[in-house]
Amino acid sequence: MTQPTYTDFYTIIPFLILIASACLLLVAELFIPKGRKGVVAFLSALGIAAALGFALTQIGASGVGFSGMTKLDGFSAYANILLLISGLLSIALAYGYIKRIGAERGEYYILLLFSLAGMMLMAQAGDLIVVFIALELLSIPLYVLSAISRKAKAEEAGIKYFLLGAFASGFIVYGTALVFGATGTTNLSAIVAKAADGANLGLLAIGAALILVGLGYKFAAVPFHMWTPDVYEGAPTSVTAFMAAGAKIAGLVALFRVFVTAFQPLAADMTNVFWALSAVTMIVGNLIAVTQTNVKRMLAYSAIAHAGYILMAFVPYGNPQVAATAIAAGLFHLAAYVIANFGSWGVVIALEKAEGKGLEIADYAGLSKKHPALALAMTVFMISLFGFPPTVGMVGKFYLFRSALEGGFPGLAVIGVIMSLVSAFYYLRIVVNMYMKDGDPEAEREPWLNFTIGLTAIATVVLGLIPQYLFLLAYNATLR
Amino acid sequence: MVSVNYYVALSAILFSIGALGVLSRRNTLIVFMSIELMLNAANLAFVAYARTYDTFSGQIFAFFVIAIAAAEVAIGLALVVEIYKSRNNVNIDDVNSLHG
Repeated sequence: MTQPTYTDFYTIIPFLILIASACLLLVAELFIPKGRKGVVAFLSALGIAAALGFALTQIGASGVGFSGMTKLDGFSAYANILLLISGLLSIALAYGYIKRIGAERGEYYILLLFSLAGMMLMAQAGDLIVVFIALELLSIPLYVLSAISRKAKAEEAGIKYFLLGAFASGFIVYGTALVFGATGTTNLSAIVAKAADGANLGLLAIGAALILVGLGYKFAAVPFHMWTPDVYEGAPTSVTAFMAAGAKIAGLVALFRVFVTAFQPLAADMTNVFWALSAVTMIVGNLIAVTQTNVKRMLAYSAIAHAGYILMAFVPYGNPQVAATAIAAGLFHLAAYVIANFGSWGVVIALEKAEGKGLEIADYAGLSKKHPALALAMTVFMISLFGFPPTVGMVGKFYLFRSALEGGFPGLAVIGVIMSLVSAFYYLRIVVNMYMKDGDPEAEREPWLNFTIGLTAIATVVLGLIPQYLFLLAYNATLR
Repeated sequence: MVSVNYYVALSAILFSIGALGVLSRRNTLIVFMSIELMLNAANLAFVAYARTYDTFSGQIFAFFVIAIAAAEVAIGLALVVEIYKSRNNVNIDDVNSLHG
């Protein structure tokens, strides 16, 4: 056995900082008096900011830690930065909101830190055992967070998320067992070598399929999406925003990592599976979103539909000429989705009343007269999710559709374009309500909330006008 | 020595029973036990394969699964208790105030 060295720890420094600050805060929180738990929010944000500082210095670095258990490369650096920014935005959204709904507890931020650490470990996993542990580290705090307000609906969201999440974990563990049975190893790089060297490819394919099912639950691909609208609606909105961004990033980057690294030999079969999964997810997500009247449920189906768009990037993963740009497009659109996601959930939080009212689309009527800035920001987010210029969402969808065409899947690109047009109906319905109908909506004015909404709105437009730097970052992040 | 295929077949049967249990049973606690059955089916497969390949890593994985399943139990039972306190019932069909 070799002792772990500094190089091993260096590969996961941002993760270690998050875990250390969460453990310290768990103790320190005891000495912070009730009613002043906002201090924990600032300390947690400080921990995330420190981790973000280290993550930024790791751009371009590469390495393998703990005998291949963890990996540091451009891909993990990109995912870490995106996740840490999501963490900061989640804290900013939660700060005033959980006070308002009477759920202000110090544990909220600590659980968020633990969950965030798990998400980052997902992106850095070099072994299926790490994928599993990271998945549980991200999920278990999220189950608690969903139910943290202790209202009947939140408890229901918690138990539903828990049961389906644990069910999905069962699939991942059993899939891993079969992959281990087929190859005799759980290391992602070693699986490829063994698969080329006379492993049982049938067993490997069944294992990979079970892992895909389990991860599909996590990032809410159809037909594994049933929990999503219920959990997104029932959980406190700030938790929903964190879940919709973080859990989706983590699930998708783990899928990229596992399939591109380990299951390359199965690419020929898996391409068809991903094609079908992407098409069904886009179609079902967008069509059901049209019928929703509750904004939280509508955004939940919109999140499902976006998982479908990003899955498009997986379809050509076995084709080396296209795979790099396709995955870069997927990572780019993931960032575009995350920014618009936090902004739109921020607006939902601003309009939500303490007793859970103010969540119907009709409640947005007349927002442009009373709160023109808020209405303008929501319009920007809706346009970006729909994919219309000059927003970053349009650029992301353009890259995705182009990579689908280059990969030789024009049918999928056509489905994507048609479903984007369908999505215009429900995204623009909110805009129409805000600008063309009369109403008297009340919006909360909380400085951190306004800051988050403003920042994400500006980022959506600015990154839409100058996307090349983000795309370069995403391109350097692809696994080769 | 018993062939590994028998162990794997048994684990596949246990996993299927667990998955069917999750999909068909309505009592939260039974659903929960079915999930545990799925995880333990995976453990059986891990240990059986570890013996075939003569490596420890499969057994170590099984230990990790056991530890994490225990953490899941702690959270899951806490949620079930909360649900029971507010509704006097742990039937999944009665926990359905959220729908679109």
